[in-house]
Amino acid sequence: MDTDTTYTRSELMVAAASRQIADGEVVFVGMRLPLLGFLVAKSLQAPNAVGVYELGIIRDTVAPEPILTMGDLPNLYRSQWLADTRDTMSLLQQGLVDVSFIGGAQVDRFGNLNTTLTGSSLNITTRLPGSGGACDLACLAHRHIIIMAHEKRRFIPKVDYITSPGYGDGKGWRESVGLVRGGPSAVITTMGIFAFDPETCEMVLTSLHPGVTVEMVQEQTDWPVRISTKLSQTPPPTRQELSTLRRFDPDGYWTGK
Amino acid sequence: MSTSKLMDMADAISRWVVDGCSVAIGTNLETAIPFAAGHEIMRQEKRRLTLIGPISDILFDQIIGAGCVRRVQAAWVGNVITGVGYNFRRAVEQRMISVEDHSNLTISMALQAGAMGVSFLPSRTALGSDLFATNPGLKFVTCPFTGQKHTAIAAIVPDVAIVHVQRSDVFGNAHAWGNMGITREACLSSRNVILTAEEIVSTEMITRDPNRILTPGFKVSAVVHAPWGAHPSPMPGHYNRDHAVFLDYQTQSRTPELFASWMNEWIRSISSIHQYVETLGDAYLSRLSITHHDYSEPVDYGY
Repeated sequence: MDTDTTYTRSELMVAAASRQIADGEVVFVGMRLPLLGFLVAKSLQAPNAVGVYELGIIRDTVAPEPILTMGDLPNLYRSQWLADTRDTMSLLQQGLVDVSFIGGAQVDRFGNLNTTLTGSSLNITTRLPGSGGACDLACLAHRHIIIMAHEKRRFIPKVDYITSPGYGDGKGWRESVGLVRGGPSAVITTMGIFAFDPETCEMVLTSLHPGVTVEMVQEQTDWPVRISTKLSQTPPPTRQELSTLRRFDPDGYWTGK
Repeated sequence: MSTSKLMDMADAISRWVVDGCSVAIGTNLETAIPFAAGHEIMRQEKRRLTLIGPISDILFDQIIGAGCVRRVQAAWVGNVITGVGYNFRRAVEQRMISVEDHSNLTISMALQAGAMGVSFLPSRTALGSDLFATNPGLKFVTCPFTGQKHTAIAAIVPDVAIVHVQRSDVFGNAHAWGNMGITREACLSSRNVILTAEEIVSTEMITRDPNRILTPGFKVSAVVHAPWGAHPSPMPGHYNRDHAVFLDYQTQSRTPELFASWMNEWIRSISSIHQYVETLGDAYLSRLSITHHDYSEPVDYGY
């Protein structure tokens, strides 16, 4: 494969995220790395993807200039639709959004995410910003992809607070609480990529980033990591992926060292 | 004959934002955030406010840091491009404020319920989440038609919504464009609306394009002329986002001492949006101006 050997870990994660988007899909685009992942996918393998942004923006073209955040005016320019937050959430709730991306401070092996608080709701240790749209995306998209830093304090057996539901305590949980679809399909971390076992709904390591070993992943994961029999290495970003994402993040704000 | 609601920012905030009231602000999520109005709330040292909003960016963090707030009903409080809102974090961890955790959809629907005059609306979001544990305005409900589980979201009726728009007449008939966030339902549900506007224009100019009007003028209590009133957030049709302010704020709010000195420089030493604009200066602000204009075609409303 035509690759560039000098890339950052964030660039690898953006490339991995962008490959999760298929052509023609409706993508609910989150903050930070997913913002770039969508632009890369849209520019390469998914030219017919549509981006939905919770600010009330729907785009079927990439913004004409680099953006740091989804509210930057180039991201409003010649949109497919400028609307209300509720309109974008209505598309999501109807089941018209194929895939979304969210980050988190804590995650457990069933993909439940916490971005609200650590400790307990009655005795808060650290207050975090909260859900934003993440809870809605985790509940209502057909699938969602989790992107986060891989550290032992973040990959824990039980999250302190479920902001964005994954598979709860396992198979059947989402249906039992009334969720009509969805669930996490992948976790892209700074060390590798996980999928979810369809039988148990547990996270399974499917891919290691270059230079990372299973032992290193286990070291940073506070439960016994399940490993796929088809464990592979994450393909490095191609030259084309790198040049595309560097065009959208020219100063390396999101993907620099 | 209508009477003018045009007043200066100090009067509007003094009259319509009273201690203990609930305020919906920052309802466009990232664009058109009414920073000038929020800074006047801080300057007047309002107390025991409830702040209501979606993803609220740094204005919530600033108003909380100034000690004006007792309760937050919001989906997210922080700094969109850096993450943490340090004043918010400190205030919660030190039990100075309470938080009712919403998602962007539940806060929108809470205000929409208020706007529609019903006590709750149902949704399929938040099921299985712990938002129910930290928000008494969310309850499980069973659909009487299908038997399916839903989340019932209690109505929120703010005492006042504060919204920044491109242009308004003196009666509160205003044009707003760009992404709208949860602004329409916030205006419709609130008991009072304060509009801050980049431009004050004639009623004729507004009514010639009634589809672009934000909310019926009779809902509006005060109109304030506040050019650059959303800086450092972006204002469609007027100026781009001033990223440097958001990046610097991460450092300037990291400790109570650093935030106090930020308050001295940008709130206490400044008397109005007009002085704020003078302090920033034309050379600085011109870098944010829109350079790539893109005008829409006029439409015919004739008969």
